[in-house]
Amino acid sequence: MKKDVAVSVNNVGMRFNLSQERVDNLKEFVIKFLRKDLKFNEFWALKDIDFEIKKGERLGVLGLNGSGKSTLLKVVSGVLKPSAGSVETRGVVAPLLELGAGFSPEYTGRENIYLYGAVLGYTKEFLDERFDEIVDFSGLGEFIEVPLKNYSSGMKARLGFSIATVVEPDILILDEVLSVGDKKFRKKSENKILSMFDEGVTVMFVSHSLEQVLRLCNQAIILDSGRLVAKGPVEKVARIYKNMTE
Amino acid sequence: MTIKRYMKNFFRYKYLLVELVKKYIKLKYRRSYLGILWTLIEPLLTMMVLTLVFGTFFGNDDPQYPVYILCGRLLYSFFSSASKAGLKSISSNASMIKKVYVPKYIYVISAILSNFVTFLISLIVLVGVGAVLKVKVTPYMIQAIIPMIILFVLTLGVGLILATLNVFFRDIEYIWSVATLLIMYASAIFYQTDRVINTGNGWVFNINPVYMCISNFRDAILYGSPMNMSYCLTSAVVAVVMLIIGAILFCRKQDKFILYV
Repeated sequence: MKKDVAVSVNNVGMRFNLSQERVDNLKEFVIKFLRKDLKFNEFWALKDIDFEIKKGERLGVLGLNGSGKSTLLKVVSGVLKPSAGSVETRGVVAPLLELGAGFSPEYTGRENIYLYGAVLGYTKEFLDERFDEIVDFSGLGEFIEVPLKNYSSGMKARLGFSIATVVEPDILILDEVLSVGDKKFRKKSENKILSMFDEGVTVMFVSHSLEQVLRLCNQAIILDSGRLVAKGPVEKVARIYKNMTE
Repeated sequence: MTIKRYMKNFFRYKYLLVELVKKYIKLKYRRSYLGILWTLIEPLLTMMVLTLVFGTFFGNDDPQYPVYILCGRLLYSFFSSASKAGLKSISSNASMIKKVYVPKYIYVISAILSNFVTFLISLIVLVGVGAVLKVKVTPYMIQAIIPMIILFVLTLGVGLILATLNVFFRDIEYIWSVATLLIMYASAIFYQTDRVINTGNGWVFNINPVYMCISNFRDAILYGSPMNMSYCLTSAVVAVVMLIIGAILFCRKQDKFILYV
């Protein structure tokens, strides 16, 4: 991997098994195995995806519903392991997807900061140091000592966002523009992300809104049925996408 | 190179392991008045019941019989509850596995480690009961740590195997609960082994690594005698083999978990 490349996606393919009856017990498995009746209905959600994001570039991923955008994000963030090819990343990756995965409803906000921070791979020292900053940004105030099950969904989202963005990432992965919490917090979170942009973070941004991608990104790719159909500077790709969708 | 990367990844998530173990222990007793004290009260009560039934009703008048029972019960219940927790660790964390990247073995290790921590806490009961019933303090007691470590490794290996299988076949949970029952009766927790050996069925002890650990633990704590070396070696070999099988099986299948959980 070259030095100036932040994310390198090499011939990635992702295969799913879409068999209609899921065989998840032993009896069925044995019977079907003996009858040679195990159906594997293969489906490639991604096929031969190959691109690079250079350091500091902001890449928009365009595509219609079901084109494989979210699968690609999951592969790049490491949740899914590609069935073919490989993904390499350089530096700290902050996937702002599924914020708050791993929150425990029985835990207080304070306890959840440490738990979710650990899930994201932070150390205890780092969390101790940034604890006040997280609480401040979330605007939860005294609610931080209340169990999470008493939170509104907006409060949970605010806490999740505040924990996930407290790192200074090298690579930021975003799914749509985050619409977290009320208007005031949305403004605040957008500013936070834009300030990360200013610091030269590498961005991978998924959206089907062309307007957002044009505003935020300088490079773009288009996915169609799991295949990469275009890549390059955002204006050029945007024209292709426009023709495709109209 | 890959091993180095594995280690680096493990250290990165070391703190998560600590947090998950804490969470398990904290949430287990949340909302109970006695809280963590239950780790002590529960084995004490079962010991009393077992002593009453098997000591009084079946006429075993050894004054230190409660210690005999307690040694067996503590080790067995660690093995049984930890292996069951390990078995479920992947399927019960399905929603998290689908959303964030965390090395998946962390779930299995944290499930087993948290049971090991509660097991260590519950050893306080053994110290208390031992003191009351005047168990002789001998230098051999230090050896008790060896069967404990072997049992931990064994449980981790079994846990990894069960967790992997349970992702693909949900029947494993029910099969394993019957299997642990069988292991319990074959581990001489509340009876003396000579009764079984006299009937010519002593072989069950020679194929049961859990019993071997319990027996060595009793030698160290209760009888103040050196360990049975053949038990020690056999159980250690079985434990390491299980861990290797478990680790290989888990590593090979872990990327598929997300498609099945």
